Amino acid sequence: MAALLEVEGLVKSFGPVDVLHGVDLALAAGEVLALVGDNGAGKSTLIKHIAGVYRPDAGEIRLEGRPVRIETPGRARELGIETVYQDLALADELSVGANIFLGREPVRRLLGLIPVIDKARIRGETDALLARIESRIPRKAKTVSRLSGGQRQAVSIARALYWQAKVVIMDEPTAALAVMEREHVIGLARRLAAEGAGVIYIGHNLIEILEVADRVSVMYRGRIVHVTNARETNQQELIKYMTGFTEAAH
Amino acid sequence: MSEGTLSRPVEEEASGSFLVELQHRLPLETYVLALTVLVWVLLAIFSPYFWTAGNITNILRQVSIDAILAFGSLFPIILAGIDLSVGSVAGLSGVVFSMLIADAGQGLLVAFIATMAMGVVIGVINGWAIDRLGIPPFIVTLAGLQGYRGLALLLSGGMTISGMPAGLQAFSLSSVAHVPTLFLLMAVIGLGAHFLLAYTRLGRYMYAIGSNAEAARRVGIRVIHVTTVAYALAAGFATLSGLLLVARLSMGSPTAATGSELQAIAAAVVGGASLFGGRGTILGCFIGALLFTTIGNGANLLGVNSFWQMVIEGLLIAFVVYFDNLQKRRQAGIG
Repeated sequence: MAALLEVEGLVKSFGPVDVLHGVDLALAAGEVLALVGDNGAGKSTLIKHIAGVYRPDAGEIRLEGRPVRIETPGRARELGIETVYQDLALADELSVGANIFLGREPVRRLLGLIPVIDKARIRGETDALLARIESRIPRKAKTVSRLSGGQRQAVSIARALYWQAKVVIMDEPTAALAVMEREHVIGLARRLAAEGAGVIYIGHNLIEILEVADRVSVMYRGRIVHVTNARETNQQELIKYMTGFTEAAH
Repeated sequence: MSEGTLSRPVEEEASGSFLVELQHRLPLETYVLALTVLVWVLLAIFSPYFWTAGNITNILRQVSIDAILAFGSLFPIILAGIDLSVGSVAGLSGVVFSMLIADAGQGLLVAFIATMAMGVVIGVINGWAIDRLGIPPFIVTLAGLQGYRGLALLLSGGMTISGMPAGLQAFSLSSVAHVPTLFLLMAVIGLGAHFLLAYTRLGRYMYAIGSNAEAARRVGIRVIHVTTVAYALAAGFATLSGLLLVARLSMGSPTAATGSELQAIAAAVVGGASLFGGRGTILGCFIGALLFTTIGNGANLLGVNSFWQMVIEGLLIAFVVYFDNLQKRRQAGIG
């Protein structure tokens, strides 16, 4: 397996609290790697290092074999790392297209001089993109504030698709969604992987995890304690690792 | 791939009569403009003086200064912030400008450039205090509201400053093809501000930050830069309106534009801006300012007690914001 993203020996403390004690993780292109663990196991802290929100105290992150320093969320995006947050982090008062292109708007020069946002291009590309993901997000919706939770999550995922993200972090993408909408988001996660991205999928619902993931990593108290193929495990086994049952037995 | 309930087309919501549909789609500004036109028609009927060239020109001059102040205060409002200091900055700018001319013997151009620079610096300090020190905009600019007004009174010793060159007032009273120069100036500034907000990345980032500052940060937008520019524009526009007020009155007054920050904010809100951020247009600001100017003018012409005028304005703000909320709730299907 050629690793797209590797995390090695990642250590992080917040003051006296050690959150990550040397985390190792490898993600391949085209796979969905689920990250599960109890609250406080360090999942969010781990992915925030990859997303450029936190900087590690020690350890290394490699992207396509090269060590990278991901100092800001902007840098993460430049490297091709996109994050889909559980809290549906979109700018409510902007349109679907404006959100997909936010921070990377195509610009044309008015009179060959003044840079203005190329709105026609944003509209065209957005329509094509929405057609591609077979999402019937209303074209006429002026702002994303009028979309449902699932539609909004589809916008975030469409953004990752459009920008051909290498690594997509999905942080509990279905947490705020109605049951019916989960299936679509899970489908989109598979779609991202099928198009060649490496997807890190954080979730609490183990049924959903086993449905979406190729592999599952279990975190317990700041370490990854178990990595397995999704097809070769079950809920009971994952819960054992998540609750530290196997740790105690050692 | 299942599509499930992801796909509720928006068209379904707007079924019903043509009027209901219209109400869903027209922005708030349309109604405020209609109301303004109605007030104009009523005033034209009830006051013989209203529809005269002199009075209309007077309204156009007055609205220009008010609208520039309102344009400026729109930028912080879009960011979900607020600038309460614009009236005091306008007052201080008028004092500094007129003292530079009358006391320091500077030319118009030097005084203009120096005062504008002072205004922009004030705005940059506001933006910096808000973003870097993390002090809420309400507090930062409330301090400015008091502080800059105090400074204006201190510098002038509480006295008005006369001795402005005759050309200054002549400029404020001049017209180009029967349109007051002040109005044309306001229109050019308004077009520039509209262009910035509607067509540039900077403008779009203002709306993005006002909608969801965290989301804007996560996509790599430099919030500090955008915030600083927004408050610098607010203070810069306030300074300019202070200078135009000096030109119009042909003197500097330390109490000029007192309380006008609230009218500027009200004009923006009546024109469709949301104090929760992310919404608001320059055209809406202009319409809001025009409505308030018209009401002030009409109240004078009809001899309505000016205290009543304040009550009417207050009711108007409450009504328009209520109406806007109602419309939004209907759109969201809650109402």
